[in-house]
Amino acid sequence: MSAETLEKAIEKKPAEALLSKRRKRIVADPLVDENPITVQVLGICSALAVTTQMQPTLVMAISVTFVVALANVVISMMRNTIPSRVRIIVQLAVVATLVTLVSEVLKAFAYDMYKELSVFIGLIITNCIVMGRLEAFAMGNKPYDSMLDGLGSALGYSWIILTVAFFRELWGSGSVFGIPVFDYVSSLFGPDFSLATNGLMVTPVGAFIILGLIVWVQRTKTGYVEH
Amino acid sequence: MELISLGIRSIFIDNMIFAYFLGMCSFLAVSKKVSTAIGLGAAVVFVLGVTVPFNWVLNEFVLKEGALTWVSADMASIDLSFLRFIMFIAIIAGIVQLVEMIVEKFSPALYGQLGIFLPLIAVNCAILGGGLFMAQRDYTIAESAVYGFGSGLGFMLAIVLLAAIREKIKYSHVPNGLKGLGITMLLTGLMGIAFMSFMGIDL
Repeated sequence: MSAETLEKAIEKKPAEALLSKRRKRIVADPLVDENPITVQVLGICSALAVTTQMQPTLVMAISVTFVVALANVVISMMRNTIPSRVRIIVQLAVVATLVTLVSEVLKAFAYDMYKELSVFIGLIITNCIVMGRLEAFAMGNKPYDSMLDGLGSALGYSWIILTVAFFRELWGSGSVFGIPVFDYVSSLFGPDFSLATNGLMVTPVGAFIILGLIVWVQRTKTGYVEH
Repeated sequence: MELISLGIRSIFIDNMIFAYFLGMCSFLAVSKKVSTAIGLGAAVVFVLGVTVPFNWVLNEFVLKEGALTWVSADMASIDLSFLRFIMFIAIIAGIVQLVEMIVEKFSPALYGQLGIFLPLIAVNCAILGGGLFMAQRDYTIAESAVYGFGSGLGFMLAIVLLAAIREKIKYSHVPNGLKGLGITMLLTGLMGIAFMSFMGIDL
């Protein structure tokens, strides 16, 4: 066989498009229909604790996205060499390393944020979304697909916690991203008018109730019923 | 007296679930029946009570800045606290495995009840959270033992109470979209309001 025919044989199967329909679905499904928080009930632990303000929530969302996507890629590359008996420990080690990276970067470049998020950055390790995606997807799929899957799940998680944070900050502190919206609105209506904030929203209770309501709205829309 | 106060605080006021949202995944997933909730709760109490003091020892003698001075005086400037996450989770996973084997060997009946929950617990946020809070707040060994045990009890209290409510709510008409997670979150919120009344207590 000449070198030319060999080359042809290798080339025969065209590569899948970088964003084929199937791959788009991998990213889009967890956003609404298979949302990790509202449908799969994963990752609620860390989702609520930081949501009193928008800003730390955004940092948390970015950190989780980074960890999930990268952990998925790393585990997916190692998937054929990990003995299945010790896979949980291997996964934990990879995730813990990535989380340590995030935590050290925050400590170096955003110390105030690091202080504010305190233990909750470390708790990304035990975020069920990370372990869930590693177990369910990365252990059986190629690295690029796994990265897309991680991104999708993390984005599904991110928009939910950002929504929770939006309402909690707006009603609890009367601001959005630290901009005092309530003060501005009240000033439009003259000096005697003022919008009151709801102290309950700043407490953990607010997070439970807001998330419960979001789940209600979202599941009514998608028609998902839990039995 | 300090310790009793810390214990009470960790059970009722700084409750793992209602104040810090830790361990929510298993809290929501395993709270459908009171009997299983008691099983998981007991396992969490046990594992937290063991791992927090264990992690304290690790933190105090290996990880903290200047913790290695007991090896030699030259090592006073070594700060390994960036290894905290990975070491804590390794200790937790190891201890859970060990506990599983010991329980299986010596008490098959208990293993039958706790067995399925133990692997779940290794990745429970409450366990790692307990360790990280302990390190952050600089507890002593006695305080960390009380804290670990107390926050485990707090978790157990919360999950058993929720399971009792969910057993009753099965017979009510809940709107379709609220079934399951939705109503459970709202219930947890209401329970959280009830628990807020403990806030003023100071021994």
